[in-house]
Amino acid sequence: MATEAATGIVPTRRPPPWHNPRIRGVVWQILFLGIVVALFAFLVHNTLVNLRRQNIASGFGFLDREAAFGIGESLIAYSPADTYARAFLVGLLNTLYVSALGIVLATVLGTVMGIARLSSNWLIRKLAQIYVETFRNIPLLLQLFFWWAMLRISAPAPRQAWEPLPGVLVSNRGFVYPVPIADPAHHWMLLALALGIIGAIAVSRWAKRRQARTGTRFPSGWVGAGLIVGMPLLVFLAAGVPLKLDWPELKGFNFVGGSAVSPEFAALLIGLTIYTGSFVAEIVRAGILAVSWGQSEAASALGLRPGQCMRLIVLPQALRVIVPPMTSEYLSLTKNSSLAVAIGYPDLVSIANTTMNQTGQAVEGIAMIMAVYLAISLLISLFMNLYNRAVALVER
Amino acid sequence: MADVDVTQELPLPVERPRPVTAGPLAWLRANLFNSIPNTILTLAALYLLAAIIPPVVRWAVVDAVWHGESGRACRAGGACWAFIAEKGRFILFGRYPYAEHWRPLFTIVIFVAMILASCDRRLWGRRLAILWLVGLITVGVLMWGGVLGMTYVETSLWNGLPLTLILATLGTVFAFPLAILLALGRRSRLPAVRGICVGYIELVRGVPLITVLFMASVMLPLFLPTGMTIDKLLRAQLAIILFAAAYLAEIVRGGLQAIPRGQYEAADSLGLGYWRRTRLIVLPQALAMVIPPLVNSFIGGFKNTSLVIIIGLFDLLGAANAALTDANWQGFYIEAYVFTAAIYWSFCFFMSRYSQMLEREFSKGRQR
Repeated sequence: MATEAATGIVPTRRPPPWHNPRIRGVVWQILFLGIVVALFAFLVHNTLVNLRRQNIASGFGFLDREAAFGIGESLIAYSPADTYARAFLVGLLNTLYVSALGIVLATVLGTVMGIARLSSNWLIRKLAQIYVETFRNIPLLLQLFFWWAMLRISAPAPRQAWEPLPGVLVSNRGFVYPVPIADPAHHWMLLALALGIIGAIAVSRWAKRRQARTGTRFPSGWVGAGLIVGMPLLVFLAAGVPLKLDWPELKGFNFVGGSAVSPEFAALLIGLTIYTGSFVAEIVRAGILAVSWGQSEAASALGLRPGQCMRLIVLPQALRVIVPPMTSEYLSLTKNSSLAVAIGYPDLVSIANTTMNQTGQAVEGIAMIMAVYLAISLLISLFMNLYNRAVALVER
Repeated sequence: MADVDVTQELPLPVERPRPVTAGPLAWLRANLFNSIPNTILTLAALYLLAAIIPPVVRWAVVDAVWHGESGRACRAGGACWAFIAEKGRFILFGRYPYAEHWRPLFTIVIFVAMILASCDRRLWGRRLAILWLVGLITVGVLMWGGVLGMTYVETSLWNGLPLTLILATLGTVFAFPLAILLALGRRSRLPAVRGICVGYIELVRGVPLITVLFMASVMLPLFLPTGMTIDKLLRAQLAIILFAAAYLAEIVRGGLQAIPRGQYEAADSLGLGYWRRTRLIVLPQALAMVIPPLVNSFIGGFKNTSLVIIIGLFDLLGAANAALTDANWQGFYIEAYVFTAAIYWSFCFFMSRYSQMLEREFSKGRQR
């Protein structure tokens, strides 16, 4: 063509199709998928053949059968005559219970220790450092065994139980503590507590709006705490102090009355809290250090006291750095709660393990554990991402 | 204005004695008693220490029994270090034939030497890879035996600390190439490749290691063709490799994401293809950047190997538990766990200090 001759561009031959990146991409993907699918098909085929040969049933039919094994601790009613499905539910609730408690306690412990590591007090700083360096460098499983041995074997027998607080007894049967005997007034106290919480939220919202409008601060924290504690207390006093405690008593070789926490549960909770707390402490410390020094200096220059400076200036900014790694710490605590199987606390994995041993249906058992943990992980990630969005820096 | 007579002596203000600013007293005042809340905290901490330390010292040192034939020697109420004196070797080497204990001992020495050598940045590169290859082959020969006049020892007798070191190190060494492929796959622009890599990484990271180990110990035999079996140790090792790969992949991905776009474009403009660009330009920079988190991940893996006792292997912690079942030495849990914890702690503490040092050194270029 004339234009080609003018610009001097020599028309090249079309490149062969295997040089076309799009075609190559498609070919590579088909190859890759083919290999993955072939591998899967091979494994599934082998599994089916093996299952048939060993006469193992497949499918989730076993869930409706009678479990026929006892579970030491359960949040819901359970007996060996119940189904496997209910046993799984017991395990799931135990896992969620210990994980939720562990997350709360580890956050509190870790935050305190993280702040303590930055304290101006040398002794407190060093103690916090020793705590962090000791517990994060020892495997969690070993720590769980240690606490379990302390509580189950080294702890005194019920007769010589150790009594740190009146009525709270520590022995090799676990922690036993008094509980109030149920009274109709307690329901009203719960209602009052709910009202108190709603009131506290309302007061804090109003105080925030007023501060934004007029600049006057209102002690909404104290008033809120007063509402939350005071409302149930008022009901309690108005109902004529309906508090009768069910004290634990030594009868024979064990305690009767009160409520008890098993050594296994206590060991798991203590271990998870202390281990995860040491990681949380480092996250909190890094988060606080990430807030620039000028911020605290500016706060001091404005006349804020150290506590106010931490609460109003440093922590809100540190949270932005702290929340994402904290999410993965919570996830790993939840996954680590599966180590319960090693010390005999009936969590999900431990119950699935018993089920697999009884029925031989390993594939289904492991699939169920995996599905549950994936669901929990996704849920925690979702909530923490929502929270992260709430504390994240609002950019213009 | 009258001239000020500069020669006139002005009365000096009366100075109060200066507070002590040096010496131990001043240090105490500045660091422990500089305010009322701090004084209260210090006193509370001192009270706590006074409540904890004397009983612990009495248990661990004063009342402790250091020598003894059996557990009956330890009825004084103190720590029974005689148990460790008697069983320490079992905890370290497990059921490995007693006369051959020098072999696992050498294995430990080789591993410690290789870990120490890896800390030296001058050795990083091909030389270190060769060192590791030679070291691992030597470890294999030593542990298995069957050649050079050494008796054959089957893997079920590989217990204690050597097993922990083997599982942790091979778990990282073999997971690493897989992790790089997964991380590259996750950043690929081919949707099928990316989808499968994301699926694998998120699936494995979403479940506890225990389920992966269960899978390896219970389900892997089902996956294989009839008649084919895999050694129990190898199964656990495979599970650890597959598990670690997902975590390492996320770390490597972090490094890949930190490479500026210009590097990719420069490589493209030089006419490098995907693999050469990745191998020559991208990976060397990305991997150097993620070495500190890789060390941290190795520490995590080292601690996590203790989970293999749940599927019936005897690593360091498993051997400690096995030592506790001896009828002559019953009930010395605390001693056994303190001893084991001290070994784990020394490894992990050393490595975490090393990774902190690396982080400081690596960030030097970015500090001003």
